[in-house]
Amino acid sequence: MNLLMIIRVAFRALVRNKMRAALTMLGIIIGVSAVIAMVSIGQGAQQSVQDQIASIGTNLLFVSAGAQNVGGVRTGTGDTGTNTLTVEDLDAIKREVPSVSMVTPGINTRSQLIFGSQNWNTQIQGVSEQYPDIRKWNVQDGSFFTDADVRTAARVIVVGQTIADNLFPGTDAVGQTVRVKELPFRVVGVMARKGQDQQGRDQDDTAFAPYSTVQKKILGSPRVQMAFVSAISQDATYTAQMQIGQLLRQRHKLGPGDADDFSVRNMSDIADAANQTNSIMTILLASIASVSLLVGGIGIMNIMLVSVTERTREIGIRMAIGARSAAVRTQFLIESVVLSLTGGLIGILLGLGVSFLIPSLLGWPTLVSTAAVIGSVIFSAAVGIFFGYYPARKAAALDPIDALRYE
Amino acid sequence: MQSGLEIQSQNVGAAPALLSNVGAAPVVISLDHVHKTYTMGDVEVHALRGISLQIKQGEFVAIMGASGSGKSTTMNIIGCLDRPTKGTYILDSQDLSRLSKDQRADIRNHKLGFVFQGFNLLSRTSALENVELPMLYAGVETSERHRRSLAALAAVGLAGRERNHPNQLSGGQQQRVAIARALVNEPALILADEPTGNLDSRTSVEVMEIFQRLNRERHMTLILVTHEPDIADYADRVVVFKDGRIKSDYQIESPRNAAEELKLLTAVEFDEDDDDSEPVNGQAVEQKES
Repeated sequence: MNLLMIIRVAFRALVRNKMRAALTMLGIIIGVSAVIAMVSIGQGAQQSVQDQIASIGTNLLFVSAGAQNVGGVRTGTGDTGTNTLTVEDLDAIKREVPSVSMVTPGINTRSQLIFGSQNWNTQIQGVSEQYPDIRKWNVQDGSFFTDADVRTAARVIVVGQTIADNLFPGTDAVGQTVRVKELPFRVVGVMARKGQDQQGRDQDDTAFAPYSTVQKKILGSPRVQMAFVSAISQDATYTAQMQIGQLLRQRHKLGPGDADDFSVRNMSDIADAANQTNSIMTILLASIASVSLLVGGIGIMNIMLVSVTERTREIGIRMAIGARSAAVRTQFLIESVVLSLTGGLIGILLGLGVSFLIPSLLGWPTLVSTAAVIGSVIFSAAVGIFFGYYPARKAAALDPIDALRYE
Repeated sequence: MQSGLEIQSQNVGAAPALLSNVGAAPVVISLDHVHKTYTMGDVEVHALRGISLQIKQGEFVAIMGASGSGKSTTMNIIGCLDRPTKGTYILDSQDLSRLSKDQRADIRNHKLGFVFQGFNLLSRTSALENVELPMLYAGVETSERHRRSLAALAAVGLAGRERNHPNQLSGGQQQRVAIARALVNEPALILADEPTGNLDSRTSVEVMEIFQRLNRERHMTLILVTHEPDIADYADRVVVFKDGRIKSDYQIESPRNAAEELKLLTAVEFDEDDDDSEPVNGQAVEQKES
């Protein structure tokens, strides 16, 4: 008896019990569709993080002022007490590191912005005129301040959308004058909407002023907490990172044994960290879903065992008229594989359907993974073989005399 | 409805004895000092205590005996479902005493046909597919399988019923499907284990008519296990078992002729509904034979 005929016999046996076959498959269907849906949610999240990072700019580097060792007492990074990074350092980077194209300091402070009867507490960031190019963030209304404004420490300010909405509701922000610490600032531009960053902070709730203005007129301190540096290309980021490090160590006169009093990070590192988090989430989701696949497999084994007992007489008849043990075993094994594979295929369709529906229903991005689909097919076939083997062996081991007598 | 006894009392004309032909025919089955011992815990049960039996090509043998007499064990050994503990069993000049499970399955498939008391058809499977089953395991091609199944079903008078499922057939019709299944692989021997046990007397005569026809026309070797003496009377030879031994083995000079009896029965029931599909053993069967 050839395999094709055994497959036909197995199919006929399943068709004879449609309801039971459908219920048995349900476990696998749910398992496979859950795995596929979960993996596509995970992959979708990963993709959207990657997209976000790409939109920030993959050739972006962050230079932060670091811990300073003052007689054994170490300060934290980016803190008020640190002044390891200076505007001169940044000028040196721009001048001496060939793989760097643009540099801007980032000096953060919080302050109240007052316009007429309205006021709004926000973050003011002191940056250079190159900031929009470095961050790939455009001005929507008006314009960004110029290098002349930076040189003269002009009292000009560019506000984010959130500030514009709250401070100037219904009016044009550009050209208005706001007060920061009793000093009047002229609003020259409004940034385009940027949305939330990875940590969920509203990036539009920020105002930008020339760093020189922030240093001299708001903070009264020459310190620079951090800087954004643009490498000439994505490939050059690692070189730039290394060269900036060398330059700053040299400028800060650090000996070979001294720790860095600054840190240089690139977006790839941050992207890697985010990817890793998402991968863990995906694996977690997929493994929870796999548990239901396992349960589905046990369901198949259960039904196949019941089926073997229920069909003892049928097995006896088949053996009496000349079915070899192997033929009986193969028949039951194929029945179970057909159940799990059919369930797997339906599960894939269902999982794909769910993956396509989730973005519109829940607003989560999904990305269907081919590996997950192929993996599910292989896994469900394996489940069928693994959980079908024991019942099939039991059927094949029956004695035809006893089986025929079974009531 | 007429009882079996009444039929026997009418005992219409003796069937022509074919014993002279059988005498010269080759031996199909040869059991030589066959023992079968079952071990149940510490107790040894001797089911067969040295059976020697020869059956020739074209014989129609009835095996009788009370339950526990060893007739079922003998059937199982002849049917290649079981192996003797001691002694030899030769079927069609092949020693089957020491075959493996798979080899026995192949012998059952190619050389033996089974007819059971409970019909043992696959439910929810058409008559045709039931008959095709042995050929499926023999690896016969689809078209050939189809042709032979249709022929076998026609031979047992079920032409036109090929697509019916067992639950759409009467007991007698189901048993005829089983007979068609038994003979479809052209076996050396058909084993019928209480084939009329679940049938009423009229249907029993019909089934016996088929057996007699297969035996007379196709010279098929038949072994029939029964505990009803009037059913055994259709055979040419009766072997009686008792306590694991053969008690007696004799020829029937003038076996009952099922075909003649059927003719007479039909004449008697002429005015009645010509319907042979009475429900059997509580099985609800609504099918009428056309």
